[in-house]
Amino acid sequence: MAENIGTIFQWLIFLGVAFTSIIASLLVITRKNPIHSALFLVLTFLCMAVLYLLLYSQFIAIIQVVVYAGAIVMLIVFVIMLLDLEEELQSGLKLLYSKVIGSGLAVLFLFGIIYSVAARSLTGKTGTYTPEKMNANVKAVGEVLFTQYLLPFEIISVLLVAAIIGAVILSKKRT
Amino acid sequence: MIIPSVPPVLYLVLSGILFTIGVIGALTRRNAIIVFMCIEMMLNAVNLTFITVSRFLQSMDGVLFAFFVMAVAAAEAAVGLAIFVMIYRSRETINVDEINLLKW
Repeated sequence: MAENIGTIFQWLIFLGVAFTSIIASLLVITRKNPIHSALFLVLTFLCMAVLYLLLYSQFIAIIQVVVYAGAIVMLIVFVIMLLDLEEELQSGLKLLYSKVIGSGLAVLFLFGIIYSVAARSLTGKTGTYTPEKMNANVKAVGEVLFTQYLLPFEIISVLLVAAIIGAVILSKKRT
Repeated sequence: MIIPSVPPVLYLVLSGILFTIGVIGALTRRNAIIVFMCIEMMLNAVNLTFITVSRFLQSMDGVLFAFFVMAVAAAEAAVGLAIFVMIYRSRETINVDEINLLKW
């Protein structure tokens, strides 16, 4: 029993976080008020961060909280507050049909995903990053990021600069 | 009795469910900001897949890919929201079915 305690807690945390994230994301797409959607989006992102912690990726979990739940959702909330949005109008019959058809296709797509995931187990060459090595997660990420992935890292920085300049130019008032 | 730890299939199924919820939201909502949030949710679900596979194959590449996806998502958020502000300024609405300037 004593050796199972860790696994039991892992299961409990996984199931709790999984249900919370599914319910929160359902609430994101059903709430009428965009602010409520944004706050449930934060909850979804925090649940994802807990899942990343369960998967031994502390660095990505922290980045998830800081970048997604912090920066991106803050931007979204700011824009929602800047724009005075009217309530979404009741959709007509034609739009309702397209909603039903779209949701049905998406659910079919989900069955495709579940089948392809459950049909065969993970194959592929296992690497060297065992959970023990992932305890020093930031160090491991940094080693790979600044050697093997140095060029993509630099390209990402150029992309971010381009995005910032683009956002400033877009939101500048035309004179 | 040893209880097995959480298998990767459950993580992947959860990621699929979240992705599908994002797809449904992006297809059915008309508010452009909520469509945008659903796109962020889909990116997040894909990140979860990356991290899961990289954890169970004990590799680091998936983690790095998730990192790059997050950077691209941040850039996308900045530009996308600037575009929404622009559209709202000129058309007074951001319902995606009323923005049909490029349609013919």
